[in-house]
Formats: sequence, structure tokens, C-alpha cells
Amino acid sequence: MFVTKTGALRLGGVLAMAVLLVGACGDDAEPEAAAGPSASPAAAVRPLAVKDMWVKTAKSGMSATFGTLMNTSGADVTVVKATSTASPMMELHEVATVDGKMVMRPKAGGFTIPAGTSYELEPGGDHLMMMDVKTPVTAGTEVTVTLTFADGGTMEFTALGKDFAGGNESYQPEMPGMSPSPSAG
Amino acid sequence: MGRVSRRHLLAGGALTAGGAVTGAVAVGLGGEEENPAAAPAAHGTRTVPFHGVHQAGIDTPAQAHAAFLAFDLVAGVDRAALGRLMRLLSDDAARLTQGRPALADTEPELAVLPASLTVTFGFGPGFFAAAGLDAQRPRSVAPLPAFPIDRLQERWTGGDLLIQVCADDPLTVTHTQRMLLKDTLAFARPRWTQRGFRRSRGAQDDGVTQRNVLGQLDGTRNPPLGSPEFDGAVWVDSGPSWLRGGSTLVVRRIRAEMEKWDAVDAVGKEFAVGRRLDTGAPLTGGREHDLPDYAATNELGLTVISETSHIARAHVDDDRQRIFRRPYNYDEPPGPDGRPDMGLVFAAYQRDVVDQFVPIQRNLAEADLMNDWITPIGSAVFAIPPGCQPGGWIGEGLLG
Repeated sequence: MFVTKTGALRLGGVLAMAVLLVGACGDDAEPEAAAGPSASPAAAVRPLAVKDMWVKTAKSGMSATFGTLMNTSGADVTVVKATSTASPMMELHEVATVDGKMVMRPKAGGFTIPAGTSYELEPGGDHLMMMDVKTPVTAGTEVTVTLTFADGGTMEFTALGKDFAGGNESYQPEMPGMSPSPSAG
Repeated sequence: MGRVSRRHLLAGGALTAGGAVTGAVAVGLGGEEENPAAAPAAHGTRTVPFHGVHQAGIDTPAQAHAAFLAFDLVAGVDRAALGRLMRLLSDDAARLTQGRPALADTEPELAVLPASLTVTFGFGPGFFAAAGLDAQRPRSVAPLPAFPIDRLQERWTGGDLLIQVCADDPLTVTHTQRMLLKDTLAFARPRWTQRGFRRSRGAQDDGVTQRNVLGQLDGTRNPPLGSPEFDGAVWVDSGPSWLRGGSTLVVRRIRAEMEKWDAVDAVGKEFAVGRRLDTGAPLTGGREHDLPDYAATNELGLTVISETSHIARAHVDDDRQRIFRRPYNYDEPPGPDGRPDMGLVFAAYQRDVVDQFVPIQRNLAEADLMNDWITPIGSAVFAIPPGCQPGGWIGEGLLG
């Protein structure tokens, strides 16, 4: 009787297993790596793919970008800088415990993603911090983010604006000796 | 392997209540067949595809739990904003229905048991107006004409956007509702929310006709899922091209006057409906799916099935004129005087509201004996866009 397409239930356990095995690819299958080839040699081989990128909505001030960076290349990749259409000035942040309090701060040396692995950017963990939102990020809008790698290569991706209540760790400006990551944009 | 281990642990835990692990396993091995608590999970990981020609949640076997969420758009939300909203909501639904957390899901752990979750979106008249696309609105997507039996309350009536959430697990419905609500609040405010339930999945064989809170088998004459009659009655095949493959939905909140119904004996109840309460068979037949014989008379020369019975008034000859009912029960807390607040969240899908739903409702409003025991207190009408493919979103044919 129930022979319709949506009516044909299948055992989700098999699907769940598949998702686990595929890991960071989910069922989006196509990594959302964006933009055309850039002039830099690193971008030409596109060492990173991204998945599930989103930005906490913000009218102004600070916000952050989260998601998964996947190193599909055979070599380690280090992200050293980020900028975006919403907030030209961004920093690469980690969340750490300082004097018993959770704080976020610039991560020394940037984000290093070993070859063939995924790197989670998530509330309460490493994230791409928007320091000063100039173009409001509203729910459902797309923000273009540009990453710069240690070898000078760059890549772009888009991230979706999502209303989100979390990600409110207090900001501890960079520590002495760390190099800032202001954007040129 | 995992299933066997789990059965043993559950059986052992239930039987030994904190005994040594080795003892628990030993007891479990011996006792699992007798212990119903050891049954493996059956439904939690089931998924229903989100993408397809039609939206899911219509020709999907009705899940046990439902939430119908209606929203009013906030001022200033235009066509572009509605596109952003529907992209967001479609993305949430595509993930959650497959057992994956939504983006920015604050309780991702709750997403792993979709339990046949479906999310179905509908656009009310105000949606088209806000988008500046009133010319694309099917003429029948408008408030229903007033019926004399109606006692409509504003709090259960109307709405610009509908989200129907159905699953075989109530916590899954709650999590999905919460996630979708959060992503809607930048664009709209809740107008009404109706929670409903049916029998638990597994309590009966799938596909049997279920009883409503009045005890009646409800839906016997529904066109079967996936049948040509279903397709011809439910899926839009004319009118605005963007809606082809979609449908329309009428949501009526129908209060059951339980105390008055309690006062009627079984013969009176069966006469009002035209069917037997126990089997659901028409009064002229012996089994539920026997076709009613509206001409059959008794020894007094009167029709066995009253012309004013519910099934006689609701009957239509033409399959294309039928509606597809996908109702849920509701049961709110009784009032301080003990009066029940129960009834149906009556969801009816059809190609065209004016051509199909309205004539049936008009027949019922004129003379249905059941009108003494049921009262429509809410009413809303929505266009149900067709489904979308991976990478697409619900409503792109209208808004994109």
C-alpha cells in the first residue's frame, strides 16, 4: 500500500553509519569550496574544502564564522589570516581557560590542518572571529570569507547567516608576542 | 553485533537491577525472549527523504506526532527576505529529516533520531501579498467561506506561513519545532501552534485506519497513498505553473463536544456516523471497507444509512473531488470545571480548496448529524509548494 517515494521508509541506521564513515562529507557530498582559481599557486590546487559554514548574525560589533575545514591535499595547510565581506577585520581565535574563565583569543601560529584531516570551527572552540562587522549579517544572507594560507595562497567560501544565541565568550585581545591578523580589505 | 549486546544489557539491567556485570549478562542471555523491555529500537533511526517531486509529509504514512505551526510575517518582509527564510528552513529540514543537526543547532544530540521526521511548508494568502506575488496565488488559497456551524476563534485561524512537523517521536517533533522556530523569528511571529497525536507507531499494524478521540475509525474512505485516486485528488495539475506537483492544505481545529457525545448511546452514535463503532463497517455492510449502500432500506422503508449521517453527507462520487484527510487528535488540559478540551487537528489535502473541500464542508454544515458533537473553532488555508531537489529549496519556483 505504501509504495510512494516518501512513503518508502528505509532503515536510517544504515544511513547514519554511512554518514559516520564519510565523516565530514555528510550528504552534501560536494564540498562547498567556492570561487574561481586565484592567482596564487596554493589556491590553484585548492588545498581546503569547506562544509557547513555559517556566521552568527550581527548588526555590528563582533561575530564569528563556524564550520568544517577539510584538508583534501597531501600536505599540512596552515590558515594564517581571514577577511570577509561583512567584517574586513577578522582574527583566528581559540577558546581557552584563563584564570578559571573561558576566554577567546588569537591562536598563535593560526590554524594548522594536517593533510587529509578535518578541522572543526565551532562555538566554544576555534573559530574565525569577525572583529568589527561593517555590513550587517542577517539571517539567511551569505557572507563571503577569504582565507590566506601560510604560503600566501588564498581561497574564498560563502557562509550562511544564522541567528544563534551562543558564542559569547569574552574577548581577550591578543597576547604579547602574537602577530595580529588585520585584513587588508 | 551491537544489537545483541544492547539486548543483553537491557535485559540484564532490568532483571538484576545493579547486579554484577557478568551476572547481568548471564541472566540476560537466559531471559531476553521473555522480557519485552529487551526489544531493540525499531523506529528512531528511520528516515523519510526530504527531497523529491512532492514535499514529504503528505503521501507519507501519518506519523504518530505532529505540530502545526502558523506564523504571521513581520512588516517589511519582502520577496527577497522570504527567499532567505525558505532557504534557511529548507536547509534545516533537509538536515534534520535525515538525522543530522541543523546548522547552529544548539541541541545536535537530539537530531540523531529522526523517527520518520517530515517537515512540510505552506504559504497562506499573506505570504503572496508580502512577496508582491498575489497574481501567483491560487484563487482558492483564501479564507474559507463562513459556515453556520463555525465558531471560529482568531487564535486558531489564519496565518501567512505554515510548518507541519511530523515524526514518530515527540521529542524529535519538539526539537525540530524549536530549531525551525528560531530560524523563523527574524521574519515572522508565531500565530498559532497546534500539537496533535495518533496511536504510537507499532501499537497497530501500519496503514490501518485509526480512531479519533470520539472513538470512530477516521479515514476509511481516504484515497490510498500512492494510488491514482490519491494523485488525482491531491497533486495540483493545473493553474499557476509554480504550484504543479504541490497541493493545498486546510487546517481546521474541530472541538469534540465530548460530554454531549458521552450522553449518546452506541446506536445513536452509529446512526449519526452511518458506520458501526467497533468495526467501522457501514451500517449496510459487514467489514470496514465494504462500500456503503446509501439506497438500502429497512422494513419501514427508510434508508439504513441516514441521508443526514456523516458518511452520506461527506460522500462524493468522483475520485477527483475527494479530499485526503491526515488528521491528528488533540487533548489539552481540561478546564477547572472538568470539561474536556479535546478534538481534531483536521488536516485535509486537495488539489483545489474551492472545488473539493468547500462542497464537502458545505454539505456537512447543512445537515450532518455529527454537527451536534463537533464544532470547528479554527480554520486556515495554505498553498503547499512542490518539493525540491538537493541544492534547491521549497518555494524557489515562486520566489526564486
